[in-house]
Amino acid sequence: MSNGCQVVNKPLTKNIDMSRPPLDIAAYEKNDGYQSLKTISGGLSPADVLQIVKDSGLKGRGGAGFPTGLKWSFVPQSNGSPGQRYFVVNADEMEPGTFKDRLLMEGDPHLLLEGIIIGAYTIEASVAYIFLRGEYKVSEERLKKAISEAYEKGYLGKDIQGTGFDLDVIVHTSAGRYICGEETALLNALEGKRANPRAKPPFPQVSGLWGKPTIVNNVETLCNLPGIIAYGVDWYQGLSLGKDHGTKLFGISGKIKKPGCWELPLGTSIRELLEEYGGGMQEGLELRAFLPGGGSTDFMLPEHLDVKLDYDEIAKVGSRLATGTMILLDNKTCPVGMIGNLMKFFAHESCGFCTPCRDGLPWVDEIFNEFESGRGTEKDLKILHEHVDYLGPGKTFCALAPGATAPLGSGLKYFAEDFERHIKEKRCPYD
Amino acid sequence: MNNNIIATTSARARILTDEEIAEIDHEIDLYPDKQAVGLEALKIVQKHQGWVSDESMLAISKYLDIPISDLEGVATFFNLVYRQPVGRNVILFCNSVSCWIMGCKSMRAHINDKLGVDFGETTEDKEFTFLPVPCLGDCDKAPVMMVGDDLHRNLSKESINKIISEYKTRS
Repeated sequence: MSNGCQVVNKPLTKNIDMSRPPLDIAAYEKNDGYQSLKTISGGLSPADVLQIVKDSGLKGRGGAGFPTGLKWSFVPQSNGSPGQRYFVVNADEMEPGTFKDRLLMEGDPHLLLEGIIIGAYTIEASVAYIFLRGEYKVSEERLKKAISEAYEKGYLGKDIQGTGFDLDVIVHTSAGRYICGEETALLNALEGKRANPRAKPPFPQVSGLWGKPTIVNNVETLCNLPGIIAYGVDWYQGLSLGKDHGTKLFGISGKIKKPGCWELPLGTSIRELLEEYGGGMQEGLELRAFLPGGGSTDFMLPEHLDVKLDYDEIAKVGSRLATGTMILLDNKTCPVGMIGNLMKFFAHESCGFCTPCRDGLPWVDEIFNEFESGRGTEKDLKILHEHVDYLGPGKTFCALAPGATAPLGSGLKYFAEDFERHIKEKRCPYD
Repeated sequence: MNNNIIATTSARARILTDEEIAEIDHEIDLYPDKQAVGLEALKIVQKHQGWVSDESMLAISKYLDIPISDLEGVATFFNLVYRQPVGRNVILFCNSVSCWIMGCKSMRAHINDKLGVDFGETTEDKEFTFLPVPCLGDCDKAPVMMVGDDLHRNLSKESINKIISEYKTRS
């Protein structure tokens, strides 16, 4: 075990300094990089690694928060002849207000690669695709450089570190569309098809990319793995302050003094994030509400500031930690306008496959346009309320439209007065 | 306007350049079937030609043996595949929630004034095409936009003026 156990408390960002290029492979190795592969080659079987990841309690950082080890365990047992399996990285960051995976890929591409190797080894996949957002040009360039360094050093390619395990990592750059972040839509896109989500079951773990067992994990999730393997479960669980384990990237955007992204222990309070790290609201502004984890989460209020940044704690007050990147609404920005902006996004990004989403979201968007121009009515308001149900969980093919109902439903509840004022005053009272 | 004529038969396919073919062949090696290369091929052709014409569509369809309707399904799905000519510089302007809160609306109006084009339009001198794009993932530096491959952060009217004149002088 490395003495990193004592010193590493920011495993995701310890190498990141955006004022310089990311560490090259030599510098990365010097800072315990690729240590986990030495641990693995020292005698950890795929089943051993799976058990460690399960024990660590790591939950997916892409939004859903599903336990990573459990997800991996759904891949059928290979009994020595795995056949073709695929490992896929969801690097299609496009959730409104989310800017964490960009930081990891631009700041420390080798950390992601190390995580990919661990994941692919565990499920015995010999090919990994990084499904990267097309706009992330700097990430693309830095990942490709890191990949070629890793091949040269024998961390990728044939018989990695004498384990007999082979892995090729391929960067696939996409060309837009938020829906590609949905894992089955992503698989269709990777196969060269329109990115409509697939029916589940079968789940990708059993029948994914080209019908083969496939795991899709988010960038930040994978960046947790090198530390877990190198320093162990006890170290990992000791990082957090609450019930969930490890650290996480938390971001703040909106009218705060110091917007940014920081790695903090899970279980840190929202107040600490906003006040200590974000420096509080800009002069003359008050916090009105916030979306805790991107555009598909329910609004939370200043009364929730002492809630811990923990999956369960945030769920208790009716929202989701999701991506952990907060969007702040101040008292001089129109909440109806903000929700309207989100609805326009979701309406635009609907893949068009299922009716409630394809037809419902543009209807909602149109009603927000009416409100914005002072023509909103009580009947419109009623239609918006109905759509929270029509587009909710279980009514649509995938989670896109239900995601849209999170800020819509909570916004209608918390900002009822603002909607009423738009109707009565026949204009936006914030203009 | 001769681009009203829709090319639908493979006889109207253009000839892919050697460079395009080399790059597409490189991608073919990375996937188990050719259909998976469709989007990459569209992007490669667009990189060289500026956009994806009907004639280019037919050429890719023929080269990768993907039905033209399937390839069109992909081309029209992805917002970064341009099926119409665009300007030399494409402005991808983030108008998602964090940029909206930070005032992207007035930045949009400023670009509109400055270039005389709104979303979906290309300047008469064919220098700039102005397009909206979903959240660019740099929300702590909002408002942001991309011009070509470059990201520009913390936009203000002054910085936009500077950016536009820089790209103009590059031509």
